Amino acid sequence: MKHARLVWKNLTRNKRRTILTSLSVAVALFLFAALQSVLTALAASTEVGSESRLITRNATGITFPLPESYTQRLRGVEGVGSVSWANWFGATYIDSRNFFAQFAVDAESYFPMYPEIAIEPAQLEAFMADRSATIVGRGLMEKYGWSLGQTLVLQGTIFPGDWEFVIRGVYEPDNPSFGDETMYFHYDYLYENSGRRATPGWFILELSNPTAATEIAQRIDDDFENSTAPTQTETEKAFQAGFVTMWGNVAFLVRAVGTAVFFAILFVAANTMMMSSRERVGEVAVLKTLGYKDGLLGVLVASEALAISVTGGVIGLAAAAVLLRNNPAVSSILPGYAVLPSTIVQGIVIAIALGLISGFLPARQAARLSVVHALRKVA
Amino acid sequence: MKIPILYNLRSLRARPTSTLATAFGMALVVAVFIGMMALSVGFQAALVKTGSTDNVLVLRRGADSEMTSGISRDVANAIAAYPFVARDAAGQPLVSPETFVVVGMQRRTGGMANVVIRGVSLAAFDVRSGIRITEGRAFRPGSGEIIIGRTLVERLPNTEIGASLQFGGRQWEVVGHFEAGGSSFESEVWGENELFMPVFRGQVFQTIALRMQDPEAFDGVAETLEADPRLGVDAHLERDFYANQGTLLGGLLRFMAVFVAGVMAIGAVFGAINTMYSAVDSRANEIGVLLTLGFKPRSVLASFVVESMMIALVGGLIGCLMALPINGLVTSTTNWNSFSEVAFAFRVTPGLLAAGMSFALIMGLIGGYFPARRAARKPIVEALREVGS
Amino acid sequence: MALIEIRNLTKRYQTEAELISVLEDVDLDIEAGEYLSLMGPSGSGKSTLLNLLAGLDKPDAGTITIDGSEITSLKTNQLADWRASHVGFVFQFYNLLPVLTAYQNVELPLLLTNLSKGERRERVEVALNVVSLSDRMGHYPRQLSGGQEQRVGIARAIVSDPAMILADEPTGDLDAASAEEIMNLIERLNSEFKKTVLMVTHDRQAAERAHRMMYLEKGVLHQ
Repeated sequence: MKHARLVWKNLTRNKRRTILTSLSVAVALFLFAALQSVLTALAASTEVGSESRLITRNATGITFPLPESYTQRLRGVEGVGSVSWANWFGATYIDSRNFFAQFAVDAESYFPMYPEIAIEPAQLEAFMADRSATIVGRGLMEKYGWSLGQTLVLQGTIFPGDWEFVIRGVYEPDNPSFGDETMYFHYDYLYENSGRRATPGWFILELSNPTAATEIAQRIDDDFENSTAPTQTETEKAFQAGFVTMWGNVAFLVRAVGTAVFFAILFVAANTMMMSSRERVGEVAVLKTLGYKDGLLGVLVASEALAISVTGGVIGLAAAAVLLRNNPAVSSILPGYAVLPSTIVQGIVIAIALGLISGFLPARQAARLSVVHALRKVA
Repeated sequence: MKIPILYNLRSLRARPTSTLATAFGMALVVAVFIGMMALSVGFQAALVKTGSTDNVLVLRRGADSEMTSGISRDVANAIAAYPFVARDAAGQPLVSPETFVVVGMQRRTGGMANVVIRGVSLAAFDVRSGIRITEGRAFRPGSGEIIIGRTLVERLPNTEIGASLQFGGRQWEVVGHFEAGGSSFESEVWGENELFMPVFRGQVFQTIALRMQDPEAFDGVAETLEADPRLGVDAHLERDFYANQGTLLGGLLRFMAVFVAGVMAIGAVFGAINTMYSAVDSRANEIGVLLTLGFKPRSVLASFVVESMMIALVGGLIGCLMALPINGLVTSTTNWNSFSEVAFAFRVTPGLLAAGMSFALIMGLIGGYFPARRAARKPIVEALREVGS
Repeated sequence: MALIEIRNLTKRYQTEAELISVLEDVDLDIEAGEYLSLMGPSGSGKSTLLNLLAGLDKPDAGTITIDGSEITSLKTNQLADWRASHVGFVFQFYNLLPVLTAYQNVELPLLLTNLSKGERRERVEVALNVVSLSDRMGHYPRQLSGGQEQRVGIARAIVSDPAMILADEPTGDLDAASAEEIMNLIERLNSEFKKTVLMVTHDRQAAERAHRMMYLEKGVLHQ
């Protein structure tokens, strides 16, 4: 550390260059954090799915309904604790730009199954008492500036017409990846106001014996195989995972872009180090005549490169962690989007790698510099 | 500009590592920009191509995608009876009543895809534009046969001619493959609407596509259809309908392209600034000489800005070359508006290449400006005192 | 009227410790066609005087009038134009642009004029001829010896036919033989081509070849 002053002096010799290079690295790490967080958010959304709940849907496709009569049969299956059901409503709020999930659920059985949806008991009571009531996520309340007791009007698409709902409760998820921008309302309300056309979109089964999940799922599907609506049953976790794959090859895209960013900034950082070392050939030579060893000089150069890139990396990662938190635009698409500690650690590793690679050639040059050669040039 | 460009060219060549490193940094920014925009352009192109301006798509009132619509036979017949519907050589109305469902299927590579199964009559081949059987033949009515769109063939298993695809609780024999001019129909499975109806949604169609007698008459046609109390429908111009289906996702892709490339560009510009400052500092005495000889400071400024833009030009060209190979690469994703899988090809258009080059030149301009200003403002006497390196 | 009239020329530099008087109230007349040399201790302001005459710097007080124009009152851009046509500068370290050939270096001042490419070529060839370097016009400075580089420098200084040549230690970096060549050339510029020459030098022998010798010491000019 006694050589720290020398490293510091070299860094501050050309402040503009050092700062700009550091900021370039900051930019790269900011992007890395932003992109990597997309992947972590997608992964987290699959974790939200429970392994002790099963989802039973129409085997033909998620958009096909199931007969309500299945409720009884499913309740009778061994290992199944309770059964609930829900339907996707998919209406428009004002115009198509405002997109959020709306579920018609059998509230009595649904909310007890989902302890992760935290609702104040008084609000839940009010909701249960009012047929046209709705419980919305905190995120939606804030996004649209709604208040308790307010009436919402939605334009149905699958179930046409104008639908009115009264906000009776607000929920907060205990896991941010669950999302706080969903709207829940009574299935019965949907059933009656759709001319009794509505049927369950899918069933949720709470297992009393979660370890037997796979067997129970298989048994259910075998049971219903020859019915009017054959079923496909899987754990909620697997169900969620299936949704994630619908995005397509996001991971590949993110990695490709990330690699490009890394190399672009690597060029910038390496170029800076080369320029600096070119200018200091004379000084390195003088230090050598004073007795500084080759290896030490190489290490000093490498330290300089590391200092620049780690500083930049920390700035970029910190900026990402702060700026990308609770971003309303992103959270509606990717709930729970945030820069995780694991991402930060990966980022620091990348910054260190960047520093070492960009400093490698100049460090080697400094170590191998021939004193006689260098001093002749300077004179 | 008075100072010869040759001077800048040679000066760049005299410091090849710096020049190339800076250029490569910019090249990567341009490549990422073009690549991500090509994703957005390709996606939206697939949707835009899907519709023609000669056709009208009729859906149930309020339905925002084909999936949520439902139209009875009576309504379908009533629509076909209208005079504004074009007729084929045999005098039959050019109307295609279709069923539309989305079914989950496993991709070849694993993971789920929501595939569109469209039930059509043979009229669809005349009404919908650009449908062409490439292998095998069209399905025969009443036979339970299906044909598969080009891009879907590669992505799903069991899609070869003669294979059987399973959905809706039964097997369907694949008898042909078709292409549709790069439109989203190529991501669909087509079969007979009458056979699909009992399997899926019952005796309703989802879409009625019709060809207009007079291609300019859309407004009148839409008004008439929407005003008819028997029908309860909305009429959409086919081209506009599908184009709009892409707005959410297309917009997001575009935003991401601009965001990522823009932020990257900041890093690259910082690199260019450093390179140019270094150049200016090491050529201080050359600048002094030029000013002594009588070249004006603004000429010196222009000269260094041009030099920076020349690096950017090289970077831009390399970036364009790097991005070109992805043109035509097919990928797929689930379109949110229609909740169905759309396969599309990356499209690197001349417009995008030009945009990439402009992007590069702007980076060069910004990166070069402040160093160039420093060069121009150097007091001549000081500049001359410095020894060249 | 003299070609160059210098009146009350004053230039001072402020260091951390003190105010140094580089030129103090200098008066000087130089006739057209004169050949002057200027000597003095290091840092005595000889180069400063040259720079002021070339309009590269501004005095703290006083005026310089050259061929009727008071250059001390001109703005930067005007000075640039004026310099291009009135001054030829020869530097101690030649200051050729390393990335341009000898020909292209000599051509540089002409790019500021409206001459056509062919006309420029004529003049460059003449200038290179005068300094006897026609056979090396395609060479880069790094391929030339010190003396040859300086000759290119001189060719560049005369190519636009300025009335005045200012030389700052033109032989300072050269060996005896090359220095002799350069001095002969400079003499020719004055005797044959009638250029007014003001040369700053350390070298007494070089200085003595001028018509008039001057000393600058502590800001004061001695003639």
